[in-house]
Amino acid sequence: MAADPRPQVLAGGTDFMVEVNYDHRRPTAVMSLRRVDELRGWRRHGDRLTVGAGLRYVDMLESEFEVSAPALAQAARTVGSPQIRNTGTIGGNVATASPAGDTLPVLYALDAEVTVSSTRGDRVVPIQELIVGPKRTTLAPDELIVSISIPVSKGPQEFLKIGVRNAMVIAVASVALVVDGDNRHIGCALGSVGPTIIRCSEAEAMAEAEIDWDRLHLPDPRVYETFGAMCAAASSPIDDHRSTSRYRRHGVYVLATRALMRAFEPGA
Amino acid sequence: MTGAVTYRLQINGADHAVESSWLGESLLYVLRERLGLVGSKNACEEGECGSCSVLVDGRLVCSCLELAAAAEGTEIITVEGLSPDGTLSDVQEALVAEGGVQCGFCTPGFVVAVHDLLDGNASPSPLETKEALAGNLCRCTGYGRIEAAVERVVELRRG
Ligand SMILES: Cc1cc2nc3c(=O)[nH]c(=O)nc-3n(C[C@H](O)[C@H](O)[C@H](O)COP(=O)(O)OP(=O)(O)OC[C@H]3O[C@@H](n4cnc5c(N)ncnc54)[C@H](O)[C@@H]3O)c2cc1C
Ligand code: FES
Ligand code: FES
Repeated sequence: MAADPRPQVLAGGTDFMVEVNYDHRRPTAVMSLRRVDELRGWRRHGDRLTVGAGLRYVDMLESEFEVSAPALAQAARTVGSPQIRNTGTIGGNVATASPAGDTLPVLYALDAEVTVSSTRGDRVVPIQELIVGPKRTTLAPDELIVSISIPVSKGPQEFLKIGVRNAMVIAVASVALVVDGDNRHIGCALGSVGPTIIRCSEAEAMAEAEIDWDRLHLPDPRVYETFGAMCAAASSPIDDHRSTSRYRRHGVYVLATRALMRAFEPGA
Repeated sequence: MTGAVTYRLQINGADHAVESSWLGESLLYVLRERLGLVGSKNACEEGECGSCSVLVDGRLVCSCLELAAAAEGTEIITVEGLSPDGTLSDVQEALVAEGGVQCGFCTPGFVVAVHDLLDGNASPSPLETKEALAGNLCRCTGYGRIEAAVERVVELRRG
């Protein structure tokens, strides 16, 4: 592999160093974000949350963060192991753009906006425009992800993931569901069941029309499974060494049904 | 940072110079191959097994996933630094006493992870212990003996 002379961005290194150790990446210059404290934090202003690209998974588990972004905290809790959560960052997860990146379904469901910076200035990109394929983004080589903006939670949120065991697993399928009670909106997105994260717009619209928004209640219990089936239909999984497409699609059905049940309890 | 690099690392309270190292070297590689600190073990080099666990600025991490040159300016503690006088730490003694050491390859990583766990939580529940050690793999013991060793340390420290 030819050496790339441009400085490469290093955040936590949990994706970067695996590539270096296995000789898939041979850096000749590195820009480490370790000491860039401005990228580390998060802050709330009004009904938006600005999450620094350098925020680590372990930081997302703090209760204050969890209150504002419950699904992101749930996703962070499922990542890797303590060692990985102590190191890996949300910005690295976005830049890696794996269809199995656990924060990504949540960011898609929340219509996250990513602020990207270079010497040419800043740009704000919707997450679904930044990520264009498996491990492919529209980031230019000199561009840095600075922060990610999401709405503060205004209703129930869920992140559910299937893998072969509880710790240290790459998702076989995952579902993020976020409810915005103020705007009577549901966001739902799927991980690991397509080349990129998949948004379930039809299932969202169907459920939005069925919910009694004044009471935050779902009168017709058949809607849970219809929702699950519509999300499964929206997925486009493949067979690979981790799972079959059939199992993945079934997994989406089960997870999406369960997520809606948790958000709008049956019989409530 | 470019090409071949020279930098200093603070390890177990001592200052080490690393000279003309290739930029891509991991902290694990530098510890073992350049500084002779071979307590941290190398099994997977991809963050899966935890046998290379160290503390960087007080956080449990996999040294195989740390770029050594970028660790300049941090405080690194390796398994050697947990019992500097050459005796066994209480965690090491408990692992031996409970039969938590069989082939021993995973042991240094577990020692660092258990010290880290008990420094932050003096009496973890069984579930908290399992979660805290989920990033360390052992192919011999089946984990029960390692969990028993954690219990033993908790009891002994309680006095
Ligand atoms: C054992 C193990 C288990 C894992 N488990 C999971 C899991 O369960 N779920 C999951 O989603 N991921 C998992 N991962 C993958 C990885 O930990 C995550 O993707 C993590 O978020 C990467 O972040 P990082 O800070 O370590 O990124 P790095 O490795 O430092 O960087 C990754 C890539 O992003 C680029 N980059 C980083 N930050 C920026 C920025 N601010 N701007 C522009 N480019 C940037 C880098 O140049 C590099 O190309 C696992 C990895 C390992 C080794
Ligand atoms: S060698 Fe670092 S985790 Fe396996
Ligand atoms: S004692 Fe052999 S791997 Fe744990």
